[in-house]
Amino acid sequence: METYTIIVLLLAATIRVAAPLLLAALAGLFSERSGVIALGLEGMMLGAAFAAAAVSAVTGSAWLGLGAGIATAVALALLLGFACITHRGNQVVAAMAINIMVAGLGPTLALGWFNLGGQTPQLDGPGQRFMSLVWPGADAARSVPFPGLLYAELLSGHHLLVYLAAALVPLAAWVLYRTRFGLRLRAVGENPLAVDTAGIAVNRLRYQAVAISGVLCGVAGACLSTAASSGFVRDMTAGKGYLALAALIFGKWKPYPTLGACLLFAFTDALAARLQGVALPVVGVVPVQFILALPYVLTVLLLAGFVGKAVAPLALGTPYAKEK
Amino acid sequence: MSAPRKLPRWADLGLLPLVSLAAALLVSCGVIALLGESPVQAMRLLVSGAFGSPEAVGYTLYYATNFIFTGLAVAVAYHAGLFNIGCEGQAYIGGLGTGLVCLGLGHLSFWLVLPAAVLAGAAFGGAWALIPAWLQARRGSHIVITTIMFNFIAAALMTYLLVNVLINPGQQSPETREFAAHAWMPAAGDLPGRLGAAFATSPLNLSFVLALAAAAALWVYVWRTRWGYELRVVGQNPAAAVYAGISPGRITVVAMVVSGALAGCLGLNELMGSQHRILIDFPSGAGFVGIAVALMGRNHPVGIVLAAVLFGALYQGGSQLTFDLPRINRDMVVVIQGLVILSCGALENLFRAPLARLFGRVDSK
Repeated sequence: METYTIIVLLLAATIRVAAPLLLAALAGLFSERSGVIALGLEGMMLGAAFAAAAVSAVTGSAWLGLGAGIATAVALALLLGFACITHRGNQVVAAMAINIMVAGLGPTLALGWFNLGGQTPQLDGPGQRFMSLVWPGADAARSVPFPGLLYAELLSGHHLLVYLAAALVPLAAWVLYRTRFGLRLRAVGENPLAVDTAGIAVNRLRYQAVAISGVLCGVAGACLSTAASSGFVRDMTAGKGYLALAALIFGKWKPYPTLGACLLFAFTDALAARLQGVALPVVGVVPVQFILALPYVLTVLLLAGFVGKAVAPLALGTPYAKEK
Repeated sequence: MSAPRKLPRWADLGLLPLVSLAAALLVSCGVIALLGESPVQAMRLLVSGAFGSPEAVGYTLYYATNFIFTGLAVAVAYHAGLFNIGCEGQAYIGGLGTGLVCLGLGHLSFWLVLPAAVLAGAAFGGAWALIPAWLQARRGSHIVITTIMFNFIAAALMTYLLVNVLINPGQQSPETREFAAHAWMPAAGDLPGRLGAAFATSPLNLSFVLALAAAAALWVYVWRTRWGYELRVVGQNPAAAVYAGISPGRITVVAMVVSGALAGCLGLNELMGSQHRILIDFPSGAGFVGIAVALMGRNHPVGIVLAAVLFGALYQGGSQLTFDLPRINRDMVVVIQGLVILSCGALENLFRAPLARLFGRVDSK
């Protein structure tokens, strides 16, 4: 019974941690499948987290915050597109520039506007955050271990954006594999010349893809600052954008495997939090840092071809020049 | 549209970075104005904070030392056609090597500790870059992604070591004991006479000279040796390199190890020169500043030294801003850094085309 409760709580924590990761990874999916490297997830997410928290703090509405977060991330995505698609700049450099710029800009604007040492005010007013939704009968069901506790902890009790993230996986899969837009998007990431020959504007498609990735990063950022916590703090993404990119690679650039990778990476995070200083039988205390480094090690191993094989979109990272 | 005309060499190397810098500073001034402070006053404070006194100059050059090492590291990989985002992790692990030598041999003579510390820093940093390099050369895994992953793995490893193994017993914060005095880099303040007195309160130390020497050595290596020639051939045309009998895989490994070794030297300045112990996250972003420095310095040692001094000035001047302008702090410098990377690295075509057109018009008259 005790172990069972711990496992259920661990899985519930996994779902909570996975949501922003999944949103960012899906953002990366659209960007990378169109041939634009998604290193900028970190910056777009952080910018959105700041904008969402700031607007929510000022207006008192989490929904307006979400809108501001999306608008900010889309603006950053379009800036990235302007540098990499229009001016054919180096995608890695442009993305790193945006990540670094936003890492400075968030705390700078927060200090200038709120004067709280680089944070936004605590979001504790009604409607300023996306609160947990308790499903009907969840509290009553809690006392029944199976399936009541599963229902109360795993299905019920998450904030809205968690459910949104879960719903977006089949939607993303449908768009990518079942629509004309998705077919063109995948084609432009593999062979832009062929797409161009078919009379479809390559750069327009790529702009659409990065804009979609901006929208999703916007939701991911709002999820961090107005749902999972109550306000923006310096560097609050803490590498989650890179972790999402790792999950995307680990999921071999496919929606459902990416979901699996996000859940796995989130599980290591939840596990590390729970195993802090706990002595396990046989192995003793496992250093938390090793568990936290696991997603990165796994991704490197995968990239090296030791665990399965990941094949990136062929045209990933190469700008398309029409006149050639 | 015809292909943009080529810029004259001086404009490509000198003017373009300056135009990009001006654009970045202009946007930063916009942000400062948005926050209700005077951009002119902020820029004036930045300059006086960075160069206003010998102490300020000392701090500026001290920061510049870190950035020279990481800038050179990014540049040497770039010449081989590689983008090394992993300098942060390589500097972190390299510092571990330097720090271990200082902890273990600190009781010996400084002139024994110094070469051992340099070698250990370079070896640890180089080894940390070797793994992604080997994976790229032999297994084809993308070096940008693997070096990023290695930054996080390095951070986890160092936190583990500092919290559980190297921590000074009986102490709360995760840092080692202080190095013995023989393992301290001679400071500029130890110089005899007026010069020493002027720098007495700044952390500027012998590492600055070592960084300049590394820049000179890198110039010889890249432009005056056969190895450097091979490096540049692979960077510019891997297919041609194969026909010339140069193995791109081998060059990838060599370039990344040299790159990691240079980044690994950061500990000489930061740990031996200033902190005198190993502590959590001591590279504090210098690996990423190296990207900006290399881009702005056009991957040439002279340009890198100049760009490193510029960024040193921004870091030192930026920390002074906080005292006079309560609404602005050092994060502003990170914004400028990001904007410089954007305008020098990703948007250079934006500035190159109009400049080239301008020169074309002047030429045709």
